[in-house]
Amino acid sequence: MKLPAAAKSLSLLCLLCVLSLACAPAQDLAAFEKRVTVRTLPNGLTLILCHRPEAPVFSYFTIVDAGDANDPGGESGLAHMFEHLAFKGTKDIGTKDYEAEKAALAKVEDAWAAYDAELRRYAGQSSASIPPADAQKLAALKAQFDAADKAANQYVIPNEFTEIAEANGATGLNAETSLDATQYFWSMPENRLELWAYLESDRIANPVPRQFYRERDVVEEERRMRVDSDPVGRLVEQFLATAYVEHPYRRPGVGWESEVTQLSATEAEAFHRKYYVPANITIAVVGDVDAATAMPMLERYFGAIPAGPKPEPMASVEPPQVAEKQVILHEAAQPLYLEGYHRPDYRDPDDAVYDAIQDIFSNGRTSRLYRSLVRDQRIAVEAEGFSGFPGDKYPGLFAFFAVPAPGHTAAEMGAAIHKEIDKLKTADVSDAELEMFRTRARADVLRSLGDNQGLAQELAIYQLRYGDWRELFKQLDRIDAVTKADIRRVANKTFVETNRTWAAVETQTAPGPAAKGAGQ
Amino acid sequence: MRRRWLAAFLLLGVAFAQAQVTTPAIPPDAREAKQPGAWEKIAIPPLHPFHPQQPKRIELSNGLVILLQEDHELPFINGFIEMRGGSQSEPAERAGLVDLYAQTWRTSGTAGHSGDALDDLLEAKAAKVETSGDDDSTAVSWSCLKKDEDQVFAIAVDLLLHPAFDEQKLALAKQQEMAGIVRRNDDAGGIAAREAAKLVYGAHSPYVRQPEIATTMAVTLADLTAWHTRTVVPNNIIIGVEGDFDAAAMEKTLRGTFEKLPRGPAWKSPQVPVPGPKPGVYLVKKADVNQSNVWIVGVGTERRNPDYYALSVMNEIFSGGFGSRLFQDVRTRLGLAYSVYGVYGASYDHPGMFYTVAATKSASTEEAAREMLKEIGDLRTQPFADDELKTAKDQLLNSFIFRYDTREKVLNEAAALEFYHYPPDFLEKYREGVERVTVADLERVAHRYIDPAKLAVLVVGNDTQFGRPLSLLGLGQEQVLDVTIPIPPQMREELGGAQE
Repeated sequence: MKLPAAAKSLSLLCLLCVLSLACAPAQDLAAFEKRVTVRTLPNGLTLILCHRPEAPVFSYFTIVDAGDANDPGGESGLAHMFEHLAFKGTKDIGTKDYEAEKAALAKVEDAWAAYDAELRRYAGQSSASIPPADAQKLAALKAQFDAADKAANQYVIPNEFTEIAEANGATGLNAETSLDATQYFWSMPENRLELWAYLESDRIANPVPRQFYRERDVVEEERRMRVDSDPVGRLVEQFLATAYVEHPYRRPGVGWESEVTQLSATEAEAFHRKYYVPANITIAVVGDVDAATAMPMLERYFGAIPAGPKPEPMASVEPPQVAEKQVILHEAAQPLYLEGYHRPDYRDPDDAVYDAIQDIFSNGRTSRLYRSLVRDQRIAVEAEGFSGFPGDKYPGLFAFFAVPAPGHTAAEMGAAIHKEIDKLKTADVSDAELEMFRTRARADVLRSLGDNQGLAQELAIYQLRYGDWRELFKQLDRIDAVTKADIRRVANKTFVETNRTWAAVETQTAPGPAAKGAGQ
Repeated sequence: MRRRWLAAFLLLGVAFAQAQVTTPAIPPDAREAKQPGAWEKIAIPPLHPFHPQQPKRIELSNGLVILLQEDHELPFINGFIEMRGGSQSEPAERAGLVDLYAQTWRTSGTAGHSGDALDDLLEAKAAKVETSGDDDSTAVSWSCLKKDEDQVFAIAVDLLLHPAFDEQKLALAKQQEMAGIVRRNDDAGGIAAREAAKLVYGAHSPYVRQPEIATTMAVTLADLTAWHTRTVVPNNIIIGVEGDFDAAAMEKTLRGTFEKLPRGPAWKSPQVPVPGPKPGVYLVKKADVNQSNVWIVGVGTERRNPDYYALSVMNEIFSGGFGSRLFQDVRTRLGLAYSVYGVYGASYDHPGMFYTVAATKSASTEEAAREMLKEIGDLRTQPFADDELKTAKDQLLNSFIFRYDTREKVLNEAAALEFYHYPPDFLEKYREGVERVTVADLERVAHRYIDPAKLAVLVVGNDTQFGRPLSLLGLGQEQVLDVTIPIPPQMREELGGAQE
């Protein structure tokens, strides 16, 4: 039995964990404001508390303003790898003897460095091209590494960090890494607030890269699951690698296989030092928490995290696209279609215009793409356009995703989507469409206020991005200001052929080639 | 002006806080040193008192049950009208009927308003009226701003009482359904979940059977209408409403709308025996993956079982979280999988499924399956430790509040218990039952319910990349399952060569 009518949707957005900046309207900012307290601590960390005493529980959301777009060159997947590490414990959680473990971990790093140095000499070469003497040497170095790993592992109390949280009622404990950011969250009974503050501040300040290489195996399995063994994953990886030439949005967040498999704990620690500084972190707590008593306690824990310089902004800017690009994957799977156009980042004055275009193209059964491709032409079973893919902190794409109906092709999807785009460029949207966009945006913001975890996420993200959580409400002014002329102007500027990349899965009737990255 | 003042206040606040941050509870330098168990010294005060508000229950003279849950935090009203009966009860040769019914019902609309017109009307108010169906129920639900309640509720009722099933919309729904069928072998995890359930319940069991193209094509408008007539009878309906309304006024409205409906026959769910899997190793070959989905499956239990509490605790120890035996071993210790989980499943009205799942690289398929089997076997041979029991109970009981921390959850729980004819205090009894579980209980249920000789191993993967052969599991030669999607000859050309 399932009670609420939930829309079933093969959502690309969900698959990729893209931050959902649901458009928000303000119902009563003045009333809401009284429940919110913000502090920026002397070390630069920002805390937001929102009092919502509906039940004796709270949810938190920590956002670190660094994601896989910040991975150093050759180390793709590092931000995500660090996210996994953040559950491995600290100097006093997860260890039987930290001092001894620390020494053992240093030996693991030395052993890995020695093995890795040798491995890299043969990167990209077949094992047949490795001279027998070197192969022996590699095997010996690998054995030394395994021994060091085993020695360090004897000090580990595995998963103690998460076990403490779960034994204390943590629910929905998880984390996500996108190309833009890394975020951690769970919910707990309110009487565990101080315990949570201890755990969260400790893992930000004192993470220990224990069991790093075992966890890297886990992350490689995550890559096989999300990318290698999934047609949508394979399509997206090729699509982004084609749409971008310079900017790190071209990367798979989970990392390229050859790079993920050679990440080291030393690299993860360097990433932590640079990006997990308090000035780069915003934390929101929503629930049965009273700011007057909770804030001083939280300030003690989070204020103790050593300060560090805020990381410098990224210099890479994707150069203007000069020609249409395409990728076709011939697969055993059924056809899929994805196309995208470069757009500016979320700070752009036209950001809300893109939101309007997304809403008009994609939101529900009144949307243009549903009505045209799914309902009337019956060539697709799903069609949507969405803004800010694979992220929007840097200039992302306005993308379109369509799932052809049985017997229809990816090429038909492109043609039908282009017709809809042309309509948007040449004729004004209707008053009703624009009004619907505004009304739904307003209602979405209002609905988001009724859920601790969702609200914590929104407050943290808006505070981080705009320096003021009130933008959650104030964005409605920008939404209301969008005009028909804006939509035509932005559509004409964005949706041009030379700014387009498309990728398709086309069904190959003969058995397809085996997936790459076969385990050995 | 007000905001600027507020900003200035916040700046002052920061300065003030700075003066206060002199003695952190755990000074940074202290943390540099090893301080085992410092977190244990943190006081856990008593939880703030909390008395979750139970919904008001009203039973009409015709047997219809209403549950009303006021919640005035936000100006929304959400409701559902739920009917007993779902895909378990559809004829085998019409498998897919309930899916098609649930889609077509809403998209067709009512005698007075087409589905398309309803879309325009509702979306302009940011409101929803939707229909849905699953294995044992169908529903009309609505969600709207308080100010639109009268109109939106009227649409939901109109849809319930005066549906107008439309041929075009049925064709559209069939297309959606068929797209799902021809795509179902693109997702390795989906294949595994489907085939695992078929192994446990039997391929043709109403609990798991799948719509096929032929059974989908066979459904007619008359089937939808007949289903509707059969299920929409008041003694078969539960209505739940949650949100910003006055219960007395809402009761009056609902009585006025539904009291006059005549009773019908009581709904009977199919009671079908669950044979359990034929032990052995089963393989679905998939060439375009480099990771295997490994499932080990058997029969679970019902929630009515007095051993449900002990089984829940056993389940928590086995696979309940990051600290569980399965996760610790397969993921943390061996790094064999990112996705690893398991459940000793308990359904409300028929045995659930006992499954243990991992996705591992092709080369370690046998190794992972072996390890999972070992963990299952260990439930009988590795004694449960006192601290395992304590941790599992802590996890279940300290997170218990999240079963009822919103009024919507309380309402949904009450509706589920009503739906399956369970006592209303089931959740409270559950908590007490879990508290009473002892190590001896765990030993007893592990021996009674976990039988490695009654399990099947299913692998969906690329067998050309497997390391060790699956026969090494000692369960015999693997049996290859054919998952080819049956496509009627007349459709083959139209589908452009769609195949498995």
